[in-house]
Amino acid sequence: MAKPGLDGHDRGAKIIARALRDGGFEVIYTGLHQTPEMIVEAAVQEDVDAVGLSILSGAHMTLFPEVIRLLKEKGAGDVAVFGGGIIPDEDSAKLKTLGVSEVFTPGASTEDIVKWVREKVQPRQ
Amino acid sequence: MAVTTKQEWLERTYQRSKERPVRFSTLSDLEVEPLYTPEDVTGDYATALGYPGEFPYTRGVYESMYRGRLWTMRQFAGFGLAEDTNARFHFLLGQGQDGLSTAFDMPTLMGYDADHERAMGEVGREGVNVTSIHDMARLFDRIPIGKVSTSMTINCSASALLAMYLVQAERTGVPWEQVSGTIQNDMLKEFIAQKEWICPPAPSLRIVTDMVEFCAKKAPRFHPVSISGYHIREAGSTAVQELAFTIADGLCYVQDAVDRGLDVDDFAPRLSFFWDLHSDFLEEVAKLRAGRRMWARLMRDRFGAKNPKSLMLRTHAQTAGVSLTAQQPINNVVRVAVQALAGVFGGVQSMHTNSMDETLALPTEQAVMVALRTQQIIAEETGLTNTIDALGGSYAVEALTDRMERDALEYIRKIDEMGGMLKAIDTGYPQREIAEAAFLYQRQLEQGIKTVVGVNKYQVPEEITIEVLKIDPVLEERQIQRVRKMKRERNSVAVREALRLVAEACRSGENLMEPICAAVRRDVTVGEISDVYRAEFGVYKDPGWI
Repeated sequence: MAKPGLDGHDRGAKIIARALRDGGFEVIYTGLHQTPEMIVEAAVQEDVDAVGLSILSGAHMTLFPEVIRLLKEKGAGDVAVFGGGIIPDEDSAKLKTLGVSEVFTPGASTEDIVKWVREKVQPRQ
Repeated sequence: MAVTTKQEWLERTYQRSKERPVRFSTLSDLEVEPLYTPEDVTGDYATALGYPGEFPYTRGVYESMYRGRLWTMRQFAGFGLAEDTNARFHFLLGQGQDGLSTAFDMPTLMGYDADHERAMGEVGREGVNVTSIHDMARLFDRIPIGKVSTSMTINCSASALLAMYLVQAERTGVPWEQVSGTIQNDMLKEFIAQKEWICPPAPSLRIVTDMVEFCAKKAPRFHPVSISGYHIREAGSTAVQELAFTIADGLCYVQDAVDRGLDVDDFAPRLSFFWDLHSDFLEEVAKLRAGRRMWARLMRDRFGAKNPKSLMLRTHAQTAGVSLTAQQPINNVVRVAVQALAGVFGGVQSMHTNSMDETLALPTEQAVMVALRTQQIIAEETGLTNTIDALGGSYAVEALTDRMERDALEYIRKIDEMGGMLKAIDTGYPQREIAEAAFLYQRQLEQGIKTVVGVNKYQVPEEITIEVLKIDPVLEERQIQRVRKMKRERNSVAVREALRLVAEACRSGENLMEPICAAVRRDVTVGEISDVYRAEFGVYKDPGWI
């Protein structure tokens, strides 16, 4: 679970991190104010199966694609990238064509998100 | 036999009825009794309540409250380039708004210039970008700084922005003594909740106290700190936690200034507060009333403050952004109206009402107008401003006010035991308490114990059709080019010298504000001053507690 960008809205990220942990997953939370480089470095080092990005600053169209690009560059293009935040529907559709697996928006329940991760995220080979 | 006590009534009369199968509790999950009576209100009128404008100010800080003067209607605004926000300021002043309130973008808030790589994608998004004094001049173009009071919501880079505002005043012929306004500058709540920081808590507090001292001496009409519960609540705290942590933050600032040798009555009258207005109406009214009583007593008893203005908790308030829903967004108009009512019954001095579209993006002009009109309707159509503290004496409100005060004082006792708020923050105590409360609320929402209309009840399939404000990505590039050009053209020798003097003040303990004012006159930027802080004080890293 990662918080890219400069904003400090970590309520959602922390709740999701905790819900996933309670759901039996091993969760690494990066803390705030991460650059895409820092996030990808942590993802590669910890050998994660998925990266969840929480963005509430409006910079999602810049930050999601950058994380995906860097993951590919590091040979970790098969790591699932999902996320959530204040993301308008049309941006969400565009992000999915750019390789984001799923985008959760306000009102999504922790249960749905945990279920999605359980069903859709494949452990990496 | 007639019922004579509450207990008898509960046992004989009330228990004949059947309650709905729900949990009767406040939004913050305090259990609520079916009825409150004189038995629940134990305090003596004179000591617990008193009269408006009189100690302990439970019923209001001013003797005439809204009969004398309505609260200041102050809508928070900022987006894009300084020119865009300047146009919104002129629009709001034209609509009858009384004061300005500036929202800055994330790079400005975090102390990065527009041309820094960390600013990528964020310039002008969540607020307006101000990199140098030139942006400040564009932001306040044709606005009389000596007449309109301005609030600036900025914290870790506040010292640079305050300096720019004062230099802009001086360049338009307004003496500093006439400049009125507020800068948020509440770093403690940044570590607790909003999470915008540069250096660690101790040097951050030192910078805040430098500004408190500087304003007391040089800009006496300016409020150097707005002690904020808003972000604490929005991060998921309960109402009691908001009350407790905010007052504890206030005590920490006062202690630090007193420890530096300032007389409490020289600066305390310029401290102001900023509360959240959430949806549980009575809980919010009680919180606002309890806050005033607590502050007055603590300032008198702990610091020996004598000036009545040092004892008065004067406050801005904003409706709860976190309560707004992306689903059926027009419902937000109703939420905001109820929350604003709580602000008025709670006796606030100024207020921002959120716009219905703010879960989706920054608000459109139309949505901002409805939000402002909500305040104007309350002020001028409802008659609520005729009577001071109209809910005072309500058994339920007084019992809840007492309860909130008691519970908040218990938190403050714990924080005192830890050695004060700075120490408590180091151990993550308030941060964890808030995360816990946020998680509990989310669980209650998902279990249906708490309801949010349109989210976990009364949902409809919908596509969001309301118009939202879009920020053109071209603005970022324009601002970057402008900043680069300014940096090429300024006197770089003077810039280096000015920055050296700021760094020297960081080390010597001399008040930072004079050297920072001198630096911004030389076109030194927000990012460059922040870089001095980074080099001199170190960079704070999020411990990432979950």
